[in-house]
Amino acid sequence: MTKILLLLSVFAISLFASGDAGVSGQRDLNVAAVIMFFLFVFATLGITYWASKRTKSASDFYTAGGGITGTQNGTAIAGDYMSAASFLGITGLVYFKGYDGLIYSIGFLVGWPIILFMISEQLRNLGKYTFADVTAYRLRQTPIRILAAFGSIATVTLYLIAQMVGSGKLIQILFGLPYEFAVILVGILMIGYVAFGGMLATTWVQIIKAILLLCGTTFMSFMVLSHFGFSFEAMFQEATEVHAKGLDIMSPGGLVSDPVSAISLGIALMFGTAGLPHILMRFFTVADAKEARKSVFVATGLIGYFYILTFIMGFGAIVLVSQNPEYLDIAKGTLIGGNNMAAVHLAHAVGGDLFLGFISAVAFATILAVVSGLTLAGASAISHDLYANVYAKGKVDETQEIKVSKYATIAIGIVAIILGIAFEKQNIAFVVGLAFAIAASANFPVLFLSIYWKNLTTRGAFIGGSLGLATAVILVILGPIVWGQILNGDAEAAIFPYKYPALFSVTVAFVGIWFFSITDNSEDAKKEREAFDVQNIRCQTGIGADGAVNH
Amino acid sequence: MVEKIKSNPSYIELVSKRSSFAWKLTILMLVVYYAFIMVLAFSPEVLGASLSGGITTVGIPVGIAIIIFSFVLTGIYVNRANGEFDDLSNKVKEDLSKEINND
Repeated sequence: MTKILLLLSVFAISLFASGDAGVSGQRDLNVAAVIMFFLFVFATLGITYWASKRTKSASDFYTAGGGITGTQNGTAIAGDYMSAASFLGITGLVYFKGYDGLIYSIGFLVGWPIILFMISEQLRNLGKYTFADVTAYRLRQTPIRILAAFGSIATVTLYLIAQMVGSGKLIQILFGLPYEFAVILVGILMIGYVAFGGMLATTWVQIIKAILLLCGTTFMSFMVLSHFGFSFEAMFQEATEVHAKGLDIMSPGGLVSDPVSAISLGIALMFGTAGLPHILMRFFTVADAKEARKSVFVATGLIGYFYILTFIMGFGAIVLVSQNPEYLDIAKGTLIGGNNMAAVHLAHAVGGDLFLGFISAVAFATILAVVSGLTLAGASAISHDLYANVYAKGKVDETQEIKVSKYATIAIGIVAIILGIAFEKQNIAFVVGLAFAIAASANFPVLFLSIYWKNLTTRGAFIGGSLGLATAVILVILGPIVWGQILNGDAEAAIFPYKYPALFSVTVAFVGIWFFSITDNSEDAKKEREAFDVQNIRCQTGIGADGAVNH
Repeated sequence: MVEKIKSNPSYIELVSKRSSFAWKLTILMLVVYYAFIMVLAFSPEVLGASLSGGITTVGIPVGIAIIIFSFVLTGIYVNRANGEFDDLSNKVKEDLSKEINND
């Protein structure tokens, strides 16, 4: 174990040593960034070593034994959600479009209160390791687990592609590493964290990264505001004077153009968040409903605070970065490395080389933490849902299940590396949208109705959930990005005109589940409806729930 | 056993109070968010209007307010659920263990 961790770090160092050969578009190697990155990697590998000593049972591996507190879990959830994509992407969006960036942030945030009111404590009371524990509670294990595992693996894989490609490009720019090496490095480190340290290591990597990211962005926002004498009006004044779009950056732009797209995006973000397997899984790491609720409270506060900071940083970058030729790629008319690098250049503008190094290291840490959470969720779907409950019918020896989950972790890591390299030059703008659409259309409706609707049956859940999944995938393929831009070179050529299919696919899922449940008159269906009362008592009170009794 | 819990007064109170509270807050959140989205879709100029003659537009405080509102709503729910609802839930468990001991 120690040897493997040591090998990992030696491998990481050798990658850096070999990675200085000329790759175009990258910065000079920032020594401070590399040192801080290594500090992070050594610290997290240390945590992984510590966690591996405490990760013995399946419960330890999947849920850190349920011993995470609400505040810790809330910070880790915030860490899962504040990915490099949202840190760089939303700041970049504000930098480029102004107010539209704030609209996007709001959409990502408002799902959280709903998760709290509707599913967080219910999940804790009913589930054990994966959200399929909840959906399959009173329904037939095999079809429901297969559907849930399929939805989870699809969501996780798509999300991983986006993260791997993003990380490869980011690390290429920040550290001057070749793209493939960066992707392989991320893949190997994440396999290490998850396979050896399980949920305990993943959680602490997530917490440390969340704190580093929040400290870094707080400092940047403070520096930006102090530049303007802590006056928002002065900041907006100067930003509108220098931005190409002028006063338009203070108003809603083209992000939400028609009502159908607006509602559809809202549904995708809201229900999608409530159907992301790596987020749902976090609710099983706390002891009881009380801590589950506290997790969402802390997470919502931190995520909301973070989004306000991205808005300040975006506007700060308009004034402090876009005017400085040092940060501009004159030929392309963008920032060096693209507009998503606004936050990174701003770090240099307000804090110099050393702080740039810190933010680069934090951005790398962010990617590592998020991909680890995703990998763990994917591995759990394979080992707990498919292997232990479908293949072995629940009669499984725990050691064997843990072994399978580790193999699954390694397999997902390798697949992620391969896909990350394969998708390097592809247009992956649809990938995260598709992940959210599948989570909202296949995972969420089944989960929600299994908790709240007595008449749900296996047939309804399986057919309706599958229809939702299929509709989401088909509409994304026929939509403006895949059918339009990628296949025909023109968004207008799309057969399905909307970028976000959630309004339609979620409706199909709910109607499908409803129809195929109420028309199900089988014996099994009758038993499943009768079992609702027992389930609901446990859901409401936690009586009989794992780790949630008598304390 | 199931019937006993279902007819337990604390259980009935817990289920009805929590579900009505949770749904009310959910609807409140949805109304606020979709009102915002509808304004964006149908009359974005409302949000683009100057707040008090300066550069800052109405949309800025509205946007920040929605973020703060979301957080405050979670606080309100957690505060009531971790107190009142958990007390009721514990009462149900106590009643239950008493009955088991009496049987």
